[in-house]
Amino acid sequence: MQEKKSYLSEVFLFVVVAAFAAVPLLRPSSYQIMLASHILVWGLFAVAFNMLWGVTGMLSFGQALYFGLGGYGVGLMMKHLGEVWFLPGMITGLIAAAILAVLIGLLIIRVSGVFFTVLTLAFGQLAWQICFRWYHFTGGDDGIQNLIPPGILGNRIVYYYFTLALVAVSIWLLLRLSQSPMGVLLRCVRQNPNRVPFLGLSVRYSQLRIYVISSLFSALAGSLAAGVDNSIHTDMLYWTTSGEVILMSVLGGIGQFFGPFIGAAAIIVIQDVVGAKTEYWPLIIGLVMMVMVLVFPRGVVGEAQALRLWLKSSRRSDGG
Amino acid sequence: MQPVLELKNLNKAFGGLRVTNDVGFTVMPGDITAIIGPNGAGKTTLFNQITGHLVPDSGCVLFRGEDITGMAPQSIVAKGMGRAFQVTSIFPEETVLENVRMACLARRNEARRPFRNVSTFKQATDDAYAILESIGLAQYAERAAYELAHGDQKLLDIGIALGLQPTLLLLDEPTSGMSPDERQLTRDLIVRLWKEFNLTMVFIEHDMDTVFGIAQIVRVLHLGHLLAEGTPDEIRNNPEVITAYLGEEVQ
Amino acid sequence: MDLSFILVQLVSGLTMATLLFLVASGLTLIFGVGNVFNFAHGSFYMLGAYFAFQAVATLQTNFWVALLIAALGAGLLGMCAEFLFLRRIYGRTEEGGFQILLTYSFILVIDDIVKIIWGTEYKSLLRPAGLRGSVELGSITLPTYNVMIIVIGLAVVLLAWLILSRTRPGRIARATALDREMLSAMGVNVPLTMTLVFGIATALGGFAGALAAPLRSVTPGAGIEVIIDSLIVVVIGGMGNFWGAWLGALILGEVMAFAVAIVPEWASVVSYVVMVLTLIFKPEGLFAPRQTRTV
Repeated sequence: MQEKKSYLSEVFLFVVVAAFAAVPLLRPSSYQIMLASHILVWGLFAVAFNMLWGVTGMLSFGQALYFGLGGYGVGLMMKHLGEVWFLPGMITGLIAAAILAVLIGLLIIRVSGVFFTVLTLAFGQLAWQICFRWYHFTGGDDGIQNLIPPGILGNRIVYYYFTLALVAVSIWLLLRLSQSPMGVLLRCVRQNPNRVPFLGLSVRYSQLRIYVISSLFSALAGSLAAGVDNSIHTDMLYWTTSGEVILMSVLGGIGQFFGPFIGAAAIIVIQDVVGAKTEYWPLIIGLVMMVMVLVFPRGVVGEAQALRLWLKSSRRSDGG
Repeated sequence: MQPVLELKNLNKAFGGLRVTNDVGFTVMPGDITAIIGPNGAGKTTLFNQITGHLVPDSGCVLFRGEDITGMAPQSIVAKGMGRAFQVTSIFPEETVLENVRMACLARRNEARRPFRNVSTFKQATDDAYAILESIGLAQYAERAAYELAHGDQKLLDIGIALGLQPTLLLLDEPTSGMSPDERQLTRDLIVRLWKEFNLTMVFIEHDMDTVFGIAQIVRVLHLGHLLAEGTPDEIRNNPEVITAYLGEEVQ
Repeated sequence: MDLSFILVQLVSGLTMATLLFLVASGLTLIFGVGNVFNFAHGSFYMLGAYFAFQAVATLQTNFWVALLIAALGAGLLGMCAEFLFLRRIYGRTEEGGFQILLTYSFILVIDDIVKIIWGTEYKSLLRPAGLRGSVELGSITLPTYNVMIIVIGLAVVLLAWLILSRTRPGRIARATALDREMLSAMGVNVPLTMTLVFGIATALGGFAGALAAPLRSVTPGAGIEVIIDSLIVVVIGGMGNFWGAWLGALILGEVMAFAVAIVPEWASVVSYVVMVLTLIFKPEGLFAPRQTRTV
């Protein structure tokens, strides 16, 4: 049964990647490509975030820190050293994110529950403050513009496939992780952290590991976003960015691996349709979040699956 | 022969209350030891000090000759000490198989592998199925653990502990909350597992049929100190125990 | 750096600390008693400021009445929020996470509703007549209003202490934190207690917002800055601890006051540094009860 399940997930991933690969062929307008790129980047960010929350039970309100760090790794390198530093900037951002995640992780995994959430938020805001104030280095509130990737990556369509490839590989790696012994261990940490030490395994070490992994992929998403938007802004680091990725996960469903990706796609499409027409976007986000938490805590994918199971079982009981 | 477990002069106090008072005893390989005592005698607290959940104020715990006092639970467990809990402690959303397989993976040092699908870990999976057969839960392997009946969840808890192939197994009230029939089955099961897995066991129990039915050595805790120890027959006829413990129950 | 400079900063820090404490004490009260983390607490602070502004503008009331209206308004809204929404998720698995998300959604909704009603431009509230001057204290001159804030803050601390330790409702509120089930078995109406505590806490927040309004101009989004400052306070002091919040506010207030005077650009960063240092050396906060070893 389990083998079948994992095989299905990989087929689903393949179909999604194929669909995204077809976007430039069917709709070559830069608008459509932009939309698809945003879904990919935020989808990766949300899936990586959910490894922390949905899987391991660590609700971070500070993943914007790593998303922003990825973006600023690219942005700062290109601003100060020249545009050929795009790829080295990506790598630098990833390394910086990994180091920072280890350091901050060691500090904050010592507490759990609400305390953990509060501390992630505070560290995220600290990074935002520093970026905001350090005007001559980071550009402060102006952000950094004109980040055109060098060489062939400067072509919109090439960059789109570059993004798709990296996102697809990352999500595949995370999918494998979620079905590996480590993935099961992380779920065990969420369900019963008191039992895990009596398997001879450390809860803290598992938490630190997934915190670093999640942060690393968040940074990758951020660095890709810099090339998609050709600019970066302090908003990437702001706490509402963390809030948005949480909303995506809740909307899609935190209990399913692909839930957050679907949530990200939904939010980005809604934002595209509705956000442009209203200045009250936060109000909409807030109301959606409220409804999800109160009425559909399992998210769209989770509720759909529950409904399917319910239909199946009621049909079975009708028949037998 | 080297003892599996040795407690020397353990002391522990919470505030002013001495919950463990100069407790010391030795468990030899293959023993089945029961620890009994009225509520509040400090039995679970004693277990918690053995498994590292609590650090004793003074005294030491030796496991197979090694001083493990003050070590973290995960290090102690990794040395071969398994524990099942009074309040059932399982992973409710995982399948019954996954619960036990996690322990088998942990023992094989494969629990942190991040890439290969968990079901392709053949050895651990086989080990897990073997344990499920032994504890009689194989038919529920694919069920979520929370769907099991209470008694079966207790067995699963023991199954998780067995997955680590422990030398020493600590059971905290293995038959609590069970019906008399279930108790009989569990008693038989414990004895069978003891033979099958070559275990040394220490268990806490209130149910006297279980205590006198399977234990070779009974140790009585009363108000934190070791009141008496001996064979079931000796304990049954020990006047001190009768007044301090059994008498209390009779009244 | 002369003595009067230090004195002025000390008093200014004390004013800041008092306001911080008033907000953070509400946050810590709900957490300590109800085990609810109200992310939107800063929004009730912001609402308090707007309510006071509106009361003065439309009702032409004096400042003190406006203060009362602000506290009452924020408290009533807080009770509604608890009664209509938060109550529905108590006891759900992973309640903590959903509490944060629900109260986070309050922030977004309240922020935008404030924008719809009052617009985005700065609103300011005049200091009450009679408190616009300053007092001479030896060699230094202090604004009367700031001194009054400190006095009011001390009065609130005393009052809260009396209520919590000397009255039956106060003791019930403290006991609720210990054991909801036991209390309801004893015949205490736990849900009602929760709603009331929520009301008191948000009223404290609204009160602080109104009190601060003449010093800082009021804008939408103020709630977020405030909640983060209060978070730092409770992290320093130990979450859920009333006196810890007081100590945390004092430390943060004084550090901020000196930072603003010495490195104005980086003042807000300095406050995070204090928090990080606390975390490194005492992750549960300075005043947290000593926890037994958890694995």
